[in-house]
Amino acid sequence: MHELSIVMSVVDSVTESLMARPELLAGGARVKQVRLRVGVLSAVVEDSLQFCYGIATEGTPLAGSTLVINVLPVVGRCETCATDVEIESLQSFRCPRCHEPVGDLRQGRELEIESIEIEDPEEAVKK
Amino acid sequence: MTTRIVELRRGILKKNDELARELRARFTTAGVLVLNLVSSPGTGKTAFLERTLRTLREGGARAAALVGDLETDNDARRLAASGAPVRQINTHGICHLEAEMVGKHLEGWDLAELDYLFIENVGNLVCPSSYDLGERIRVALLSVTEGEDKPLKYPTLFNSSDAAVITKMDIAEAVGFERETALKNINEIRPGIRIFETSAKTGAGMTEWLEYLTQQRGGAS
Repeated sequence: MHELSIVMSVVDSVTESLMARPELLAGGARVKQVRLRVGVLSAVVEDSLQFCYGIATEGTPLAGSTLVINVLPVVGRCETCATDVEIESLQSFRCPRCHEPVGDLRQGRELEIESIEIEDPEEAVKK
Repeated sequence: MTTRIVELRRGILKKNDELARELRARFTTAGVLVLNLVSSPGTGKTAFLERTLRTLREGGARAAALVGDLETDNDARRLAASGAPVRQINTHGICHLEAEMVGKHLEGWDLAELDYLFIENVGNLVCPSSYDLGERIRVALLSVTEGEDKPLKYPTLFNSSDAAVITKMDIAEAVGFERETALKNINEIRPGIRIFETSAKTGAGMTEWLEYLTQQRGGAS
């Protein structure tokens, strides 16, 4: 249950980026969406992240924005097939084709802020 | 509607990861092998560590420990009886250790005077998997009373570990521990991982464990 601290790190990190680049929100633009890349092996629960997000963004430049989570499957290198394969079940780290164990993971532990979507003020007012 | 996408591409735990990298560099320079021990509450991390510290010190190695708990310094006091330098980290409600806590509690210790540093994480099989502490070896521990399917239930931790330790082997028979199933399950989640079957009470498996530590340290320096 460390999702709240993860979400607070997201809010801090994005806020920091916005402070460092004040031109991004110049003229009253606002953050509409924050997009994350989260690997299925990252040990965080999507629903809990969403649950915490509203509370964590209150009173910050991210207030009112939505959180979009792009969940990434585990991808590992199968030496036998000499190719990268997607691990379909976390119950068995084996190649889905040849069933040999896959040790070398290429994807699945990501915990990243990918991008933010910013909405321009005039449009926001019209809407 | 006009919207703009701004790429950020930043690790969410960037601050922790950066601190962990700095710690790892310090540990490598000092020639100290650092291990992060992770398990559920009650697996026997502290008993296992007590025996490890005592045996290492008897063999002339210099070992120290940092021990994480929400509250109390009970574990630190237990471990200090081995004669090793020990410090307690109280997280006051936080479910895992972070690199910053480790860094803070190392203040005043000369790392070059140490061969081994053990970090006993807060008892939790989920949250500690996300936080790099600068360790070189992450150890997942599992006791014979917990159920052979624990690795299947908590794949994130077992998959990110470098070694697995089964504890309380002295009561394995009494509790009907299915050894083969447990070993198979660990291997499904982390193929090829080194597994140690130990008992802090009888000392079973400790020789192999200590050989592994010596080997790994050799590789570190």
